[in-house]
Amino acid sequence: MHLHKYEKVWLVFGLASLVLFLLIIGFAAFWKGTHPQSHIETIDPQNVEANESFQPENLGLTEVADGKYVVNIVASAFNYDFGKEEDGTATKTIRVPKGSTVLFQVTSKDVVHGFQVAGTNVNMMVEPGHISRFESVMKNGGEFTVVCNEYCGIGHHLMFGTVEVY
Amino acid sequence: MELFNFSKKESRLYMAFMHVTFISLLIGGLMGLLQTLVRSGKYTLPFNIDYYTILTTHGVILGLVLTTFFIVGFQFSLMGKTVGISDKQLLWGWISFWVMLVGTVLSAWMILTGEASVLYTFYTPLRAHPIFYIGLTLVIVGSWIAAFTNFRQLYVWKKAHKGEKSPLLAFMVVINMIMWFVATLGVAYSVIVLILPWSLGYVATVNVLLTRTLFWYFGHPLVYFWLLPAYMAWYAIIPKIIGGKLFSDSLARLAFILLLMFSIPVGFHHQLTEPGIDPTWKFIQVVLTFMVVIPSLMTAFSLFATFEIAGRRKGYKSLFGWFKKLPWKDVRFLAPFVGMVAFIPGGAGGIINASHQVNSLVHNTIWITGHFHLTVATTVILTFFGIAYWLIPHLTGRRLTPRLNKLGIIQTLIWAIGMTIMSTSMHIQGLIGGPRRSAFSEYAGGDQVSTWISYQMWQAVGGIILFVGILLMFYIFIQLAFFAPRGYEEYPIAEEEIDAEKSPKILENWYLWIGITIALILFAYTIPMIDIIKHSPPGSIPFDWPIGRS
Repeated sequence: MHLHKYEKVWLVFGLASLVLFLLIIGFAAFWKGTHPQSHIETIDPQNVEANESFQPENLGLTEVADGKYVVNIVASAFNYDFGKEEDGTATKTIRVPKGSTVLFQVTSKDVVHGFQVAGTNVNMMVEPGHISRFESVMKNGGEFTVVCNEYCGIGHHLMFGTVEVY
Repeated sequence: MELFNFSKKESRLYMAFMHVTFISLLIGGLMGLLQTLVRSGKYTLPFNIDYYTILTTHGVILGLVLTTFFIVGFQFSLMGKTVGISDKQLLWGWISFWVMLVGTVLSAWMILTGEASVLYTFYTPLRAHPIFYIGLTLVIVGSWIAAFTNFRQLYVWKKAHKGEKSPLLAFMVVINMIMWFVATLGVAYSVIVLILPWSLGYVATVNVLLTRTLFWYFGHPLVYFWLLPAYMAWYAIIPKIIGGKLFSDSLARLAFILLLMFSIPVGFHHQLTEPGIDPTWKFIQVVLTFMVVIPSLMTAFSLFATFEIAGRRKGYKSLFGWFKKLPWKDVRFLAPFVGMVAFIPGGAGGIINASHQVNSLVHNTIWITGHFHLTVATTVILTFFGIAYWLIPHLTGRRLTPRLNKLGIIQTLIWAIGMTIMSTSMHIQGLIGGPRRSAFSEYAGGDQVSTWISYQMWQAVGGIILFVGILLMFYIFIQLAFFAPRGYEEYPIAEEEIDAEKSPKILENWYLWIGITIALILFAYTIPMIDIIKHSPPGSIPFDWPIGRS
């Protein structure tokens, strides 16, 4: 089969860029550890409290070490359960200081949801039976909207929260 | 090259598919308009219609119904033209049409009555009415009947033409239908074996991740199933329209073979942010996804080489002089050409989406919606329109008049403008975190959300322009189908150069190519599938109330 000279040049150039491109992604993933979230940890969606992280008193923000936080969240149609404030009302905003490392742990009690802290790299599918985890350093200050970005029913657009980095 | 003339009976079958296509365009387009209006925040749907009913209708009718009907009809016509169709095959063509149509009507009935607001991805454990799933199954089964009829058509032709290579377009149709069949096996298994019994209550729970994985095993080849018919027109029809010849028969075949091999073992790049899949296997499928760059670059080269050669033959010598000589005033060329241009940013966006960790920035944001409105809703659909301008009058024995040609050019420009506005604002809004698949919402308020809403205003502007384009296209279709003056419109199929090299026989070694395709699928999916099944959590019970079913 005949290949035109220019076509050879074009394909060699294209393939070389492709290889370089994949090397960069692969290097970032396997050496720098920037895989997308994939923890392959399961949970019973009808009994999420069986897992310590998702017991009602452990939901919301916990400081585990200096500048290190864990946020546990139970998603259900059409709400994120961030735990309760001291006065007993539902927490709607997570507040963390700038520069802190935050591990988000989310699971669903019912259908598939999304969990995105818009404007950051925190973006995960949340599925019944699985625990979604992603750790991020909150470098920029401001208010970030947490949105459910996977359709979960007719109230899907009313499912949100806020992360405030101060 | 031997071409067959269509009998009246034959034309009627191909036209039947076209009628469903353009009715779908009108309905689906109206839904799209309503979505952009709702999301502007300035408009509320009347009669308590739910946003997600509209959204499901839009996705199913345009993504699954319009595309499948157009493609099956167009491909039947390509087969009829290049290898012929027997009366018995014609009958099977009608059976496939009716099975698909009954399936469409059943699903549409469920969606419109609010029993199936599950979007076109129908992710479990949201549960639609069982009839919705039965309808989808029928659409797929109908397309299988078409696929096997196409296989039979080529087989019969080959038997009568021993030792000859198959006509290029027939070869391409068969490649596309093999891919479609192998891919739809996954979603058919998911719907028939896992979801349907569960939706009927015979099985208590469903494995959510397994159904999602099987959906995306099908979902990515689905987009190539849309794209390959456009490629057929680019490779083998456009050269004829611009007065040129086929660039290279064997390169075109090789590109299609590569597309077959690298279209299926890649579904994980839609599932990169899933919790339950091993990241190494995600990465492996990312690499396989990117292999599609090779046939894409080959295609880009072939197209522009064809344009240049055709232009130079007409006497243009300067470096880019040939470019001016292209038939810009012929809508049969202009519409697909605008589609090709849209594929440059469309393809680049696709590379971003599939990039393992970069995907987290855009996953499920409205950037993705912007992306596929460039690829399928511009590249593919404008090429389909470009085909319709000559296919419909060819089938109805009418002509594309200069006036209709001009309207077509206006339609193409309206589409280009509307889509530039809508898709660009979707891309930007997605980059700053705006979610897709969501009705209008101010969330918790704040600057971030008000910026999103300002882009949603632009999407409504684009949506209105696009809907004008859809009305115009529908008008052109009605004219070409019923009112344009009688006459003859050419069915343009490019020929090879007289001194063209012979294509290597190996390109038609079906066992080899299908074998490699299956081997790649087994490689990419076996271990992660075993993992998914072995490490599966307790299954999910069905949920009806979130989608408004009682």
